[in-house]
Amino acid sequence: MVQAGEGNNTVAEELSVAPTPWEIVQIARHPKRPRVMDFVEGLFGEFTELHGDRLFGDDPAMLAGLALFEELPVAIVGHYKGKDTRENIARNFGMPHPEGYRKALRVMKLAERMRLPVISFVDTPGAYPGIGAEERGQAEAIARNLEEMSRLRTPILVVVVGEGGSGGALAIGVGDVILMCAYAIYSVISPEGCAAILWHDASRAEEAAAALKLTAEDLHRLGVVDEILPEPPGGGHLDPEALISTVRDAVRRHLALLRERPIEELLAARYEKYRRIGQLLEAPGT
Amino acid sequence: MLNWLRRPKYAQVERREVPAGLWSKCPRCKALVYRKELERNLKVCPKCGYHLRLSARERIAVTFDPGSFVEHAADLDSRDILGFVGYQEKLEEAKKRTGNREACIIGEGTIEGFRVVTAVLDFPFLGGSMGTVVGEKIARAAELAMSKGLPLVTFSASGGARMQEGILSLMQLAKTSAAIGRLRDAGLAYISVLCDPTTGGVTASFAYLGDIVMAEPGALIGFAGPRVIEQTIRQKLPEGFQTAEFLLKHGMLDMVVPRTEMRSTLARLLRFFGAPRETRQEAAVP
Ligand SMILES: [Zn+2]
Repeated sequence: MVQAGEGNNTVAEELSVAPTPWEIVQIARHPKRPRVMDFVEGLFGEFTELHGDRLFGDDPAMLAGLALFEELPVAIVGHYKGKDTRENIARNFGMPHPEGYRKALRVMKLAERMRLPVISFVDTPGAYPGIGAEERGQAEAIARNLEEMSRLRTPILVVVVGEGGSGGALAIGVGDVILMCAYAIYSVISPEGCAAILWHDASRAEEAAAALKLTAEDLHRLGVVDEILPEPPGGGHLDPEALISTVRDAVRRHLALLRERPIEELLAARYEKYRRIGQLLEAPGT
Repeated sequence: MLNWLRRPKYAQVERREVPAGLWSKCPRCKALVYRKELERNLKVCPKCGYHLRLSARERIAVTFDPGSFVEHAADLDSRDILGFVGYQEKLEEAKKRTGNREACIIGEGTIEGFRVVTAVLDFPFLGGSMGTVVGEKIARAAELAMSKGLPLVTFSASGGARMQEGILSLMQLAKTSAAIGRLRDAGLAYISVLCDPTTGGVTASFAYLGDIVMAEPGALIGFAGPRVIEQTIRQKLPEGFQTAEFLLKHGMLDMVVPRTEMRSTLARLLRFFGAPRETRQEAAVP
């Protein structure tokens, strides 16, 4: 598992106008990049964290709770990596165990019952690969969230703010509208993992980053992301307030639109959104 | 396309896995087994009970009543959407070698007379990996089951999401899980059979969403692969970790079912679920 590397501080400052996919990977993992807690504190009032999945434990890699967004009560879920090394370790670098996903689901089901919109923040290298995680059903926890989120009877707004690491990211990432910060990434596998499989050489991650099409621009073009949120030149870590403000404006705009739509219409559109990915593939002449 | 049942059932796999001749060597206990006997025993070693892997066509042949299987969506064809290095060649090679267009076969058939819709993953085709077409076929199978009012039975054998289709593969986790959600809302039963090996994105989506989840003895099942876990935690994994028996013990499976009892077990469950039964039963011997 590759964490945000040292020596990245120089990368951003030296960036040309259009960073390469590999440079974007570095920005997305930058140790100074605003974390989910920064967005929660910057966007919401009276954040009230809720703990535990009622089954096994409380996963510090997953934040969940209730809050006010400009007087509107909402539910929040999000991966949390922590701000410094000590916190990173305590939060397991934002890599949840099954109980993290089950806590998030519990709070989302509460939101459904109380008719609160859900806002989900994605920033994780992936679901944690460990013995306990497997014993307690990491795969089942992720699968359950995907199914439940696809038909949760309340609006879901997803913001990919940092790393979107595969199934562990998607497990809180199914929604009506998917927003993505310009220098966030979202991928089926890390560039390092991809390079290790393809070329048996993790050091060729730069090539893999380009091949995987993991930037916001790529995902927007592929129809996976609905809107790209612009970042300050060089990345959000250079001006966190600016990025947080951009995210706040986008959340306000989309929440207003989502809340106007009847839930049945929203659910039909949500299903269709995922259903149509890959419907373009009939063999010629059939 | 539908005449495959008349082809010699095991020719392809036999050629690859064992030396030519009348005898096969069990990969586990190394016993020499008369090939006819191995086939009669559904490719389960009569000496040690080891379950050899089956291709999707073989799986259909040993599971469904002879002549009952009708394939759907056979023309769906994968393309190299992202322009991923080496993917087109890999696809062509897999098509040529397996005689299939993709890593999933869907259709309708009967099991001891009970009518079901099925989706079967084909491990020999790029490790049974799920890209857009595999995801599309799973979704179509769920929708076919709904339109016919039939239960769904899936057989999984997969390394996970297909890396070469990047984020579009990841989105198939959401798509297939959403489709299973609709099946569940429609009140139809879904039985998921996990075969050796089933890992990654397939376990973290439709395969773990069965009303019943069962596995073949000894099957490797998990979200993260054992190598990834070992590298992450830097210790040896316990004996039997991520086997079907391990998952049963940890409450992650309903049952472990030997291949020779699979048909009768499925039929019994289908009867409990009130699956419609074909009135005219065909002879049980091919
Ligand atoms: Zn044996």
